[in-house]
Amino acid sequence: MTRWEPVIGLEVHVQLNSSSKIFSGAATAYGSEPNAQACPVSIALPGVLPVMNREAARLAVLFGLGINAQINRRSVFERKNYFYPDLPKGYQISQYEHPVVGRGSISIETGTGRKLVGITRAHLEEDAGKLLHEHLDSLSGVDLNRAGIPLLEIVSEPDMRSAREAVAYLKKLHVLIRYLGISDGNMQEGSFRCDANVSVRPMGEYQLGTRTEIKNVNSFRFVEKAINHEISRQIDLIEYGGKVVQETRLYDSDRDETRSMRSKEEANDYRYFPDPDLPEMVLDESFIESVRQTLPELPDGRARRFAREMGLSETDAEKLAADRDTADYLEAVCKQTRATAKTVANWINGELAAALNERNIGIGSSPVDPFRLAALLDRIEDGTITGKIAKEVFACLLESDASADDVIQTRGLQQITDLSKIEQVVDDVLAVCPQQIEQYRQGNLKIIGFLVGQVMKQTNGKANPRKVTEILKNRLD
Amino acid sequence: MHERSLHEHAEALRKGEYTCTELTHHFLDRIRKHSDLNALITLTEELALEQAIRADERLARNEAEPLTGIPLVHKDLFCTRGVLTTCGSRILENFVSPYDATVVRQLNQAGMVTLGKTNMDEFAMGSSNENSYFGPVANPWDRKRVPGGSSGGSAAVVAARLAPVATGTDTGGSIRQPAAFCGLTGIKPSYGRISRFGMIAFASSLDQGGVLANTAHDAAAVLASMSGFDERDSTSLSNTVPDYLAILQKPLRGMKAGLPKEFFSAGVDPDIQKAIEEAVKVLEHLGVRVVEINLPNCNASIPCYYVLAPAEASSNLARFDGVRYGYRTTNYTDLSDMYETTRTEGFGAEVKRRIMIGTYVLSSGYFDAYYVKAQKLRRLIAQDYLQAFEQCDIIVGPTTPTTAFHIGEKSDDPVKMYLNDIFTSSVNLAGLPGLSVPAGFDRNGLPIGLQIIGKYLDESSLLNVGHQFQQHTDWHAHIPRDLT
Repeated sequence: MTRWEPVIGLEVHVQLNSSSKIFSGAATAYGSEPNAQACPVSIALPGVLPVMNREAARLAVLFGLGINAQINRRSVFERKNYFYPDLPKGYQISQYEHPVVGRGSISIETGTGRKLVGITRAHLEEDAGKLLHEHLDSLSGVDLNRAGIPLLEIVSEPDMRSAREAVAYLKKLHVLIRYLGISDGNMQEGSFRCDANVSVRPMGEYQLGTRTEIKNVNSFRFVEKAINHEISRQIDLIEYGGKVVQETRLYDSDRDETRSMRSKEEANDYRYFPDPDLPEMVLDESFIESVRQTLPELPDGRARRFAREMGLSETDAEKLAADRDTADYLEAVCKQTRATAKTVANWINGELAAALNERNIGIGSSPVDPFRLAALLDRIEDGTITGKIAKEVFACLLESDASADDVIQTRGLQQITDLSKIEQVVDDVLAVCPQQIEQYRQGNLKIIGFLVGQVMKQTNGKANPRKVTEILKNRLD
Repeated sequence: MHERSLHEHAEALRKGEYTCTELTHHFLDRIRKHSDLNALITLTEELALEQAIRADERLARNEAEPLTGIPLVHKDLFCTRGVLTTCGSRILENFVSPYDATVVRQLNQAGMVTLGKTNMDEFAMGSSNENSYFGPVANPWDRKRVPGGSSGGSAAVVAARLAPVATGTDTGGSIRQPAAFCGLTGIKPSYGRISRFGMIAFASSLDQGGVLANTAHDAAAVLASMSGFDERDSTSLSNTVPDYLAILQKPLRGMKAGLPKEFFSAGVDPDIQKAIEEAVKVLEHLGVRVVEINLPNCNASIPCYYVLAPAEASSNLARFDGVRYGYRTTNYTDLSDMYETTRTEGFGAEVKRRIMIGTYVLSSGYFDAYYVKAQKLRRLIAQDYLQAFEQCDIIVGPTTPTTAFHIGEKSDDPVKMYLNDIFTSSVNLAGLPGLSVPAGFDRNGLPIGLQIIGKYLDESSLLNVGHQFQQHTDWHAHIPRDLT
């Protein structure tokens, strides 16, 4: 039986974080009343003209630099002509033969090692509007708020060999664009949309099979499912003597299947030609250099640095570096505290993450800022409080603006440093636990945990558990 | 009153000889009286009188600019806020623009008074004004004849002295050809000199606004106010606009004029040939040296133009789909039927022809053979001019191969019609400025135009030569018999 190799390439449309549209000054905020952001240019009134928004160009260049791609000094806007009510001019302004970003690459983790996925190109274009059908009683409405929002279309090489790799690539891209601050990457709101080109070929074959394009899959999970479904569909088709036809397919997440949308024959002839309303986009060295200056340290490099300089494990480093705000938070805390990076990482991934999750907010708006967390961790470090008490203090920090020291002071949470006091409690506990003493002496060493717990309970957690264990052992052995 | 030039009106307004309101009433009356010319689509009487009052106030406060209080008409493809803007098409028969074109805004600010919007070939596609949804325009010199196009309404208005000046646009000759047919001075400046924002596009890389007036002097004044950089048009130029009026008086001595052999070939009406030769003699008398030049690729300008202009138009006109504004058919079954029927009913025959040609030349499989090749040809034509201008400062020749023809004479033969632009369209392809000035009359008493082509951005020389020519000829001062 033939073994089949899937070949996958992705086209991702990213809405750029620009406050105004790509060819006009209209606003781009999500969720406004229909057509509240439809200026004359968005409506394509007779006589209006596009004017390129330099901010969109800057964000495209930033992306290109972020993936080490070639930045084309000259790029050309062309018109992609077709009729649809959400496309007010009857053409979309896009880059075709001369995109702003040329070849680059992104490295992904495949489970069996790292792999470079080639980026063919990334080009600027304008988004279309939206059709509305609800509450319109057999009519369709056109909302042009989205029309003209700047998009960066990122086209990969057909370098992925499984749905998992495709998702790994997508996630990596998603991290990157948010890191660079070029997009919020919100998939629900359509800021990050994916089309997948899928084909299969016999393992070892060089020639590519006929591909289909799956349109507009809007979550990582659906991308994986849609691609897997399409791979099996194509293999089944070929094994039963059929042929894959080049076509565009739509993924139906309710039924978990792809459906034919239009064949190659029905495909539009877009009649691309350079838009005579827009001069070539020329980027000079000083502009590109000024963008390069704003390039942040990127997730891969930062993760490597976290592992190298902070001694974090590779997994921790990668996880923390993947989100820019989290990584910034980590670094800010580490700068302030004597606690190890590992301790800081555990707190960020543990207590803080849980608290943020519960409140459904990002780390950027955390109620406990890096300074207050750092001060808290210092109190564990210098033995003022135990780790257990620290969690209690942390809960207070979440609810007020007080400092860790204030909380420790007012609540009297300092660790008991007077050894004789701890010894007193240990003796009290041993006096009422003859059974456990017996068990310990018979070899059940684990029971000491129970005894430590009792002591901690009596001291309201303020005894140092290590000291308690030490004293207990002394008494019992 | 109406026989006066723009400058004479400006002078009279300043002296208080008559008010702008009186002047405006006078022209509005004339427009109504000569409505048989069909030169206007919309009369903006209310707006005009309102602007006239404001102009009178400015004049009274001594805050008037040179153009304050001067009435004008706009070609109906310049968007005018709150006023119907039809582009001569059924598809925009109900379109009231919510904004002003930059040109309109600039002239409003200068204090000019808008009398109305002029008839034109639908979407500026035509050379006779017969392609208007609102009917043909009559040439004031002979009402059985066309005024030229596509700015035919603007030309008829100025020739009939229904307004001292009009705006127009020129994609392949649409200002210069009607200026020639109606005995006017018409200038199309260099591409990018005047903002295209709010000027409904026909072929974006060729379209350029301009002026139709009675004299080079009048044209210079209005052109100065229309020109300049506009941040809303990425193709508009940031270069400073020279003082066109100051340059008019410069003597022509030492200037070199090139006569392209190709513009004096067979096919030019003998009366025109003779008039142009006479005009060249006048220039020589003024100290201009004449040299013969070659524009070898310009004979290909018509095919080149009729690939590129329709290609751009097919895309520019896609927005007229019945969805958001303009005409929408009442009978349709589904979306694609709505598109098809709306556009079938909304566009006229010539517009549809060009949309089809344009769609064809951009189609995959034909793109290289037509569009790409035409772009190469366009560069060759531009190079011809660059080389020619190494030997001369201006190029002169006839504006058109014939004088105004009869209504209906060429309307069945598009190719014959297209050949009207044989001397003008190469100028648009090269992005250069071009001027047409009256240079005589043919055996039927119809005006003849002399075309003067300038170097890129050198409108000044054209206006200078035109003005000096008009100081030594009186062709521009003639008025159609029954309109004085």
